[in-house]
Amino acid sequence: MTDEQLKAINQHYDFLPNDFEIADKGQDVNEQEIYVRESTFRQFLTKFSKNYGSVIGLVFILIIIFFALFGPHMNNFGSNEQIIGNESMAPRVQFLENFGILDGSQTLKASTGSMEINRYESNPNATDTYYWFGSDVLGRDIFTRTWEGTRLSLYIALVAVIVDVFIGMTYGLISGYFGGKVDMVMQRILEIINGIPSLVIVTLLIVVLRPGILSITIAIALTGWIGMSRVARAQILKLKDREFVLAARTLGAKPSTIIFKEILPNIFAQLIIMSMFSVPNAIFTESFLAFIGLGVPMPDASLGSLISDSFKSFLNAPFMIIPPVLVLSMTMLSFNLLADGLRDALDPTLKEV
Amino acid sequence: MSKYLFKRILISLATLLLIVFILFILLQFMPGSPFNDERITPEQRELMNIRYGLDKPVLVQFVNYVKNMLTGDLGVSYSISRDVPVTTLLQSRLPISFELGFWAVIVGTFSGLTFGTIAAFNQNSIWDTISTLLSVIGVSVPSYVFALGLSYYFGFQWRIFPILFNLNDKAMSMVLPVISLSLFTMASIARFTRTEMIEVLQSEYIQLAESKGVTGSRLLFKHVLRNASIPILTVLAPLIVGLMTGSMVVEQIFSIPGLGQLLVQAIQSNDFNIVMGISFIYSALFIFVMLVVDILYGILDPRIRVTGGE
Repeated sequence: MTDEQLKAINQHYDFLPNDFEIADKGQDVNEQEIYVRESTFRQFLTKFSKNYGSVIGLVFILIIIFFALFGPHMNNFGSNEQIIGNESMAPRVQFLENFGILDGSQTLKASTGSMEINRYESNPNATDTYYWFGSDVLGRDIFTRTWEGTRLSLYIALVAVIVDVFIGMTYGLISGYFGGKVDMVMQRILEIINGIPSLVIVTLLIVVLRPGILSITIAIALTGWIGMSRVARAQILKLKDREFVLAARTLGAKPSTIIFKEILPNIFAQLIIMSMFSVPNAIFTESFLAFIGLGVPMPDASLGSLISDSFKSFLNAPFMIIPPVLVLSMTMLSFNLLADGLRDALDPTLKEV
Repeated sequence: MSKYLFKRILISLATLLLIVFILFILLQFMPGSPFNDERITPEQRELMNIRYGLDKPVLVQFVNYVKNMLTGDLGVSYSISRDVPVTTLLQSRLPISFELGFWAVIVGTFSGLTFGTIAAFNQNSIWDTISTLLSVIGVSVPSYVFALGLSYYFGFQWRIFPILFNLNDKAMSMVLPVISLSLFTMASIARFTRTEMIEVLQSEYIQLAESKGVTGSRLLFKHVLRNASIPILTVLAPLIVGLMTGSMVVEQIFSIPGLGQLLVQAIQSNDFNIVMGISFIYSALFIFVMLVVDILYGILDPRIRVTGGE
């Protein structure tokens, strides 16, 4: 031991009277925390609402759903209504135009310099027209088309969840519950399917089936469920040796009853979270396909096809690409936030696969 | 370990063969034919089909294709650049795509690890919030949206980087595509690193190491990062695959003469052999990455090595 340490040990301290004070014991001895009996759902609600991210996500999803349902009817433009002469008009919104923002003016850039124009003023038919998000190169209202496209993205989201639940969940549950040879074979099949890059298959499939809503649905159904089946299998492996399963089996319950009536309710929360995580993925797949020219056919709109169309005139009219990009990103962001929040509230140990 | 390795390689090869077969079947159903020129008469088209062996039964074509493939022959292009061997086309395209993907993985992984580590060590601080926010945005916003934004501001408005890919100025042209591609990888790795690290930091062996006086970079690299890296590795494989998807669009946006761009062209002009060749390369790469990750997993985690991956 060094001298300094010895010194420190042998040092003498004098305490002043006010160095310590007596703890107020009366408070914590008698205090009893009273827990009100809460239902699981209430507990879930409290936990969920504490997570700001997930609440924001949920609110955004609701807003997006609202606009997808009613947005296309909010003004008088049809989704495929071309007005000749009203091409490429910048956004113009009532009231806001008085403040100099969204007043329909746009900047044209060329190599010689830039110039600000307002197509609403130069066009005698358009003085009373308001394109909230602007109009595209064919004179169609971007506001209407954006929300039309959102409908498709939400439909894709729905498909992704249904596929996850019906194919992925069932596959995983069966594979995990029976184990042994069944599990072996099913897992090898899964490994092979997983080895196929879904991008390549989906792309070719769409080419073969001709682009359209149905072929996009099939493409997502074919590849979207693998992650889910893994989680379902892992979850059922945890539970299948528990007493309540044994009890059901001794009472003579069929495997299907045990899987779907006994075990499934216990792991349903985890599976729902997983399906939420696959939503952004599916939406992305659709927009990706649209971007490389394999989206829904021409007059119909999807967020991806809107982005890909307005990309062509992106440098001259950037306002066209902003609404679909924003809505797409917000949708994916909201679903991610919601899934994160749900996971934290229901099962923090669950990991993404 | 060697038995496990052998099994894994066997499964990989089987998968690859199956993929080639599935691709082949799918291509047979492709609408239209590679010879879409209006001036070609039906008789001429017939002759073309015979010349390229497209008149034979599917199974014969498949066996022929696999036979040629084993000798390194992927057939010739039908319509994009007629009679040029696909391998030659691939050779000129592959390096650029590969370089792009390589840098995206490197940039994404290291920046992701850094962000995740900062967030985990300063839990619930402002850094944590910023990094979490960035990673949620990075995961949610598709890479082509970043690509569009970057090319608009950095390429068009401020003219810092070239807006379109330029072979003479490769280094500068690569910057924007690499950034836009790597953001998704970065965000996912950051998210994952954070959760894994927080778990590791709370574990008993870290407390032991800390109480023994291990601090700073030694603690981080030797104890925390090594244990957190195993699960991180598992997400890296799907991420690399995601990069392939992303690269197809990003190559389109910056008009990079890479594989993705060629694939899109080939699909649009029914050039079967090119579609087949590129899909094969993608699949092989994908399977290879999965295999490497599996092996690395065994090296990093002794428990897997001992039990042979069961």
